[in-house]
Amino acid sequence: MMKLSKYVLYDILRSKIIIAYTLFLFVVSISMFQMEENSSKAMLSLLNIVLIVLPLVSLIFTTIHYYNSYEFIELMSSQPMSRTRILMSEFAGVSISLLSAFFLGVGIPVLLFSPDATGFALLFTGMSLTLVFTSIAFFASVVARDKARGIGFALLLWFYFALIYDGLVLLILFSFSDYPLEKLTLLLSALNPIDLGRIFIMLKMDISALMGYTGALYKDFFGSGTGIIFTAGIMLLWILIPLWLAVRKFRKKDL
Amino acid sequence: MIRIENINKRFRKLQVLDNITASFAKGQVVSLIGPNGSGKTTLIKSILGMVRPDSGKIYVDEQLITSDHSYRKKIGYMPQIGRYPDNMKVGQLFTMLQNIRNIAEEKLDKTLIEKFELKKIFEKPMRTLSGGTRQKVSAAVAFLFDPAILILDEPTAGLDPLSSEILKEKILVEKKKNKLILITSHILSDLDELTTHIMYMQEGKVQFFKDMEALQEETGELRLGKAIARIMRGEQFNSEWIDKMLEIKNDGKIY
Repeated sequence: MMKLSKYVLYDILRSKIIIAYTLFLFVVSISMFQMEENSSKAMLSLLNIVLIVLPLVSLIFTTIHYYNSYEFIELMSSQPMSRTRILMSEFAGVSISLLSAFFLGVGIPVLLFSPDATGFALLFTGMSLTLVFTSIAFFASVVARDKARGIGFALLLWFYFALIYDGLVLLILFSFSDYPLEKLTLLLSALNPIDLGRIFIMLKMDISALMGYTGALYKDFFGSGTGIIFTAGIMLLWILIPLWLAVRKFRKKDL
Repeated sequence: MIRIENINKRFRKLQVLDNITASFAKGQVVSLIGPNGSGKTTLIKSILGMVRPDSGKIYVDEQLITSDHSYRKKIGYMPQIGRYPDNMKVGQLFTMLQNIRNIAEEKLDKTLIEKFELKKIFEKPMRTLSGGTRQKVSAAVAFLFDPAILILDEPTAGLDPLSSEILKEKILVEKKKNKLILITSHILSDLDELTTHIMYMQEGKVQFFKDMEALQEETGELRLGKAIARIMRGEQFNSEWIDKMLEIKNDGKIY
């Protein structure tokens, strides 16, 4: 598999977009830590950026990369190589480059300024979200017929996960506020990787004390070993299921 | 070497391949001709496994192509449009394919790399290449592994006359080695000296599949273009396309 992904990785690491993305993350992270006196305040600001920017960049970059490599993927499929291997190599190349951008841009500043549990939680969430949204973007690009539709679909998914979903959850919570909803909200959080990541990090911070009874329940759950396994497991599902669907579709697709 | 049995392909409302049955043997140089959208490229892509026909079977050396991808080792393919990853170097493309196919250095056919003087640009990234140079790279890739079957989709489009001549000579050399060569082209004069068989397609159907001598005998014409024109007029085919092709040639200019 490395035979192909090695070259995909080489190609992407030299692209200006990925270099600009790394620099952007690095500058933002450093300036957050420099501006805020308290490193946990800086982490909170950084968290919001990670949760909004990371999914967006992963989605858009992956979709554009897929369509730009379309003819190359075509040529590769005329070689003695299975379709699964081609798509997995592309996935490996794209995700490794996005992960390294995140690690250099956010990972190093966090390890320098705030190497504690919250810091590691942020790194874990950032890496998972990168993989999740790369995988979702591969699914979107394989399903969509052309570049415009593909990018549109990817943007729509981002809107849904980053903005619309929270609105829907709030709506449910308001309409059913007479009922005990703690367990339900726990379930709802699993259905959106961005929310899951947010809760996971928030509960590692002191501010979780301000969240009342629900916060206490969450802290009890997410703070424990089961909570960590639960988060990791759900994230893994969010990576594997779209990727599996993408491979399944790609194997039958006309190139 | 290649046997196609009753394949059909429909893209939404358009029947691109309509019950095509054909068989190609060693030593043949088959020219696939027909107007734009007649299904030539789709037929080629079906043989390469890029397009999955709705029904019908294709065998390469008695091996069903849907069984696995190993049959593609025997095929060298030159696409109509060659696009490669922007930052990949020309040399890397060759090393990568060599790694994927796992073929020893001394078994490679580097004639075209030498004749097109591609060694000089081995260190250049793909994005800096002109359309014609990319076409040369694609041609060199198709011939690199000395495959038993060559599939060339519009090989001379975009090449300068000198390079086009080099490519034609190479095709003649391979023809003498008793290989099967499939070519699609709109430039009939290019095919004249190469081809042994003609397959004429229109609206997804094979209108006729004849060998060159039979065609010349039947029509009394030596030139491919004129011979085909005569057949089209004699039978009930739509001859508009070929008439137009010849019209352009008769304006007294030198091509």
